[in-house]
Amino acid sequence: MQPLINLLIKAIFVENVIFAFFLGMCSYLAISKKIKTAFGLGIAVIFVMILTTPLNYLILRYFLQEGALGWIHPSLASVDLTFLAFILFISTIAGAVQLVEIAFERFLPALYTSLGIFLPLITVNCSILGASLFMQERRYDFAETFVFSIGAGVGFFLAIVLLAAVRERLRYSNIPQPLQGLGIAMIITALMGLAFLSFSGIQL
Amino acid sequence: MSTETTTAPTTVPALETPAAVPKKKSEALFSKKNVRVLRDPLDDNNPITVQILGVCSALAVTVQMKPALIMALGVTLVTAFSSLTLSLIRDSVPNRIRIIVQLIVVATLVTMVDQLLKAFMYDVSKQLSVFVGLIITNCIVMGRLEAFAMAQKPWPSFLDGIGNGLGYGLILLAVATIRELFGSGSLLGYKVVPQWAYDHGYVNNGLMVLPPAALFIIGLLIWWHRSRNRKLVNVS
Repeated sequence: MQPLINLLIKAIFVENVIFAFFLGMCSYLAISKKIKTAFGLGIAVIFVMILTTPLNYLILRYFLQEGALGWIHPSLASVDLTFLAFILFISTIAGAVQLVEIAFERFLPALYTSLGIFLPLITVNCSILGASLFMQERRYDFAETFVFSIGAGVGFFLAIVLLAAVRERLRYSNIPQPLQGLGIAMIITALMGLAFLSFSGIQL
Repeated sequence: MSTETTTAPTTVPALETPAAVPKKKSEALFSKKNVRVLRDPLDDNNPITVQILGVCSALAVTVQMKPALIMALGVTLVTAFSSLTLSLIRDSVPNRIRIIVQLIVVATLVTMVDQLLKAFMYDVSKQLSVFVGLIITNCIVMGRLEAFAMAQKPWPSFLDGIGNGLGYGLILLAVATIRELFGSGSLLGYKVVPQWAYDHGYVNNGLMVLPPAALFIIGLLIWWHRSRNRKLVNVS
């Protein structure tokens, strides 16, 4: 249990998807002008992340890896389809997002309307595909993958809500004109990243 | 007087038609419009500092110049060829499934780039790790497909892809140069800061190697770019 909790803390704080790897920066910068929308996007990202990363793990484990096809027939055990990983991962994500959209529209219409345009946009959020690729590169097992996906999602949520809170305050400050908007958002993110660096090395 | 007015209408169309007819069929390959399509993303419409596209994977690969260079090359290739491909098939793709079609084309191209890197530059491919795969969701590729290639002819789309890839590469290299020079005292892996400087107490800036440095540098670059080019000031 303890390694899993460590992994969760590491994924949320120490190796935050935004501050350490810059994944999902586009939507992070574009949709952080108001806390409310940032909150909605953050929740949607957590949800899709927890759904797709373990799904991609299963695809990788039972279809793509070398020896993975052995469960169909022993003679297929030597087949290595890892090079198909990119295409299958992104298809899974696109398909899952579409399914989530349909399911939300049918069963949770209130949440669906509040998420609005952000749900389909998540397909091209780098952090979702990034989590799947990290899972592949670091060779996590299923439990680790699940915990890591929670951590990465919560990390993104935390980062975008924090930035939105700062940016709402910024409206009342006097920033040099060329630095307004994107420029100052970058510098704030850098400062927040510096603050998050202080988490490095924390372990239970 | 009268001869001039009567001759002028007859001669002018006669001169213009040979030039005008082929122009309707196909524009010159590097006409003014096409050159603008190629050059705009380098400055006025830079994907990173103006359009806010592709920041995602851009920053993490800029600790050193070599991976940044390879990454810029990969993104340029993928953007150019995916724009070309989708522009060619844009009329036969139903609007509702276009995102999936785009993703499949882009993912195929990225897989090719990834396999090439693994085959010929294994160490760089290890260094870039997941960021090669992340070209798929790089907003530049999708953004340019949606904004340009799905509505334009193949050749301008190809140029637009190359231009945006180069604009991205320009920022990437600028950031990587600053970070490698001050962070490890070298450029492209060659030592630039001489040993006697270290002997006299010069120290590499440790902040430059850390992730936040990339954000600081991009933020300052945006500031400089917008104060030099005033018309960009109110772009979001």
